Amino acid sequence: MTTAGNPSAGCPSGLASAEQARASDISAFVRRSPEGNTLQLTVRGAKCAGCLSKIEKSVQALPGVTQARLNLSNGRFDVRWRGDLSANDVAGTVSALGYGVAPFAPDAADSAAKSEERKLLIAMAVAAFAAANVMLLSVSIWSGHGEMGEATRRVMHAISGAIALPAALFSGRIFFQSAWSVLRRGHANMDVPISLAVLLALGVSVTETIRGGEHAYFDAAVMLLFFLLIGRFLDARLRRRTHAAAHDLAALQARTVTRLEGTETRSVRADEIMAGDIVLVAPGERLTVDIDVLDGVSEADESLVSGESLPRAIAPGARLFAGSINLTQPLRGCAISAASDSLLADIARMLEAGEQRRSRYRRIADKAVSLYIPLVHTTAAFTLIGWLLAGAGVREAIMIAVSTLIITCPCALALAAPVVQVVAAGRLFRKGVFLRSGDALERIAECDHVVFDKTGTLTLGEPELARSANDQDTVQRAARLARASRHPLSRALVAAAGAGSVAAHVKEHPGLGLEAEIDGVRCRLGSAEWVGEETSAATTSLQLWYVEGDAAPHRFLFEDALRPGAGDVVETLRRRGIGVEILSGDRPDAVATIASALSVTDWRAGASPADKVERLEELRADGRKVLMIGDGLNDAASLSLAHASLAPGGAMDVSQSASDGVYTGAGLGAILTMIDASSLARRRMVQNFSLAAVYNFIAVPIAVAGFATPLVAAIAMSGSSIIVTLNALRPGWKRS
Amino acid sequence: MEMLAFLIPVALMLGLVGLVSFIWAVREGQFDDPDGAAARILIDEDEPAERPLK
Repeated sequence: MTTAGNPSAGCPSGLASAEQARASDISAFVRRSPEGNTLQLTVRGAKCAGCLSKIEKSVQALPGVTQARLNLSNGRFDVRWRGDLSANDVAGTVSALGYGVAPFAPDAADSAAKSEERKLLIAMAVAAFAAANVMLLSVSIWSGHGEMGEATRRVMHAISGAIALPAALFSGRIFFQSAWSVLRRGHANMDVPISLAVLLALGVSVTETIRGGEHAYFDAAVMLLFFLLIGRFLDARLRRRTHAAAHDLAALQARTVTRLEGTETRSVRADEIMAGDIVLVAPGERLTVDIDVLDGVSEADESLVSGESLPRAIAPGARLFAGSINLTQPLRGCAISAASDSLLADIARMLEAGEQRRSRYRRIADKAVSLYIPLVHTTAAFTLIGWLLAGAGVREAIMIAVSTLIITCPCALALAAPVVQVVAAGRLFRKGVFLRSGDALERIAECDHVVFDKTGTLTLGEPELARSANDQDTVQRAARLARASRHPLSRALVAAAGAGSVAAHVKEHPGLGLEAEIDGVRCRLGSAEWVGEETSAATTSLQLWYVEGDAAPHRFLFEDALRPGAGDVVETLRRRGIGVEILSGDRPDAVATIASALSVTDWRAGASPADKVERLEELRADGRKVLMIGDGLNDAASLSLAHASLAPGGAMDVSQSASDGVYTGAGLGAILTMIDASSLARRRMVQNFSLAAVYNFIAVPIAVAGFATPLVAAIAMSGSSIIVTLNALRPGWKRS
Repeated sequence: MEMLAFLIPVALMLGLVGLVSFIWAVREGQFDDPDGAAARILIDEDEPAERPLK
């Protein structure tokens, strides 16, 4: 069910207020301290200075508010106040202005990522400062070649060293730490050759300066660090932005629970609920904990939990899982512990298994490094031995070997993948697709089989009236009852009928239907047995019956409507030779309808989460690389197990965190955009690695032959980095 | 050549001032909300006294 807000819908003044009301009581998110109360909200739809001042001013006008500051870049709204202003009033003020608002629970991972980003930015600034100033001195030395006195050159080298040494040690510690930690475990990553090149360049330059030699590589060392830190910083910033965007989507889902304490009710955060707590669930509320129903008769929409599109009747004794939506009547329930027998705990275990498998994935960059490191380091060793055998002095041989290492700098190699990923993910970000990791692009590009979940992924997860030509009048009359109900079928009927009147005194009988007296005639809308129709077993699809007095009952049929663009997406995928499959937990006839509408022959219905996992294992054993797309709790395990996975923005937060990317918007077009961007990104990465290889084929012989002066190294290094970056930025991304 | 004894330190000092102020700005959170900073300048402050400081 994609009921939660949709950020691409633009200004949310058009969002239904009923949807916003579902966010329920948010007073549990207020942090109280002696200095006052603090609340953090996520505001959606604020885009301009007008929004900013409108929101800030109206909240500041509330009694006791001492600070109201909206961050326009990420939508965080910080409110502080004294006195007993209710948090719901603050949120209500903002949503009354026509903006989407949700409580924001500060996320520990986000603040860690933020300080990491600042660390990288400062390291980059220091490296940039050092590179600029050392280059100033180096250019003087190069241009004064042959004319500059030895004493002047020596002083210049000494000043360069005094700038470069501390700067390189400060900025380079990020690479040194990472290299050291993998070396200790007996592996190597890209940071190992980087650290080696930087440290050797610094070491040789220091000895050359002391000796009064002609060549020092201080500029090369800091410039290398500067380029690499640009890549690292961009990468970190993008990761944090996409993470925050996905986190905000998840925050739109209700996270508070109404707990009954004695006779008092209190709104608390879901993670404060303990086993055995008594919980109240209002109609329309999405459960955030698993409960056993104690009291109340209602119906529940479990499409996110099981994929079942038909609401289930709920009576005392029934068990409801987190993710279900209570539809018609209030319920009282007892929270079940998150012990080993709970559904969420099972899913969490399966998620872990998937994560572990995914972390073993070898990225293109990893493969390149494992080829690069031995090749370059043996070349340097052979250069050293070769020059020694050829009769060069030890000092000269070492200088040439080190210059080989510097000039084959992994600069272009280390930028080749991250720059492409940053560019691709940035473009996807603007189209409302949030990637969770850079290597997701590589994995999506490799997929040759797509598995769709049905409810909420291929379909909207909301029923739609199947129209027949001559029932418009009946629809109008039935809608008079339906307008009084929150049941999804009633709402679908109302949507088909449009605006109109509502009957007085409509009574809702959970699990059966609605009843009212209109102009002295008893009218009923509901299940077949509710209207006294006996033939209900004939079809199990979504249906409502309507009867007036003793007339013959009229049947309304509903179907779960396909998302816009679903047919195109499936057709395009098939034309490209990618296998398409539907794997759903819903009833076979519902799945069959959708499958035949999309002419997909390969479908499975009634699949439990374990069945889905089993099917994915089967596909993996066949050597297929599966892209799984699903939204429900029942998909979470298979999402984390698939080679790559995507989830729609309205998905459960477990499913979102289990997948590689989250797309927003009602249509499925984003899936094709994502696949296109991935294959283009993959091509660009391979091109970049090829360019880096070509560069090395040219540069290495020059260095081995002993012609690589610091000037040559500086030109070659920056040249190769710029070429790789330009190739990543080259247009051609637009095809979507 | 003696000029270098002045010019190099002067150039370095200028660069250092830039670096230090940049680091200060990052630490202060000046880059946390670039969109907001761009928008805030457009807001007319008719009643400046109403606005409490941070």
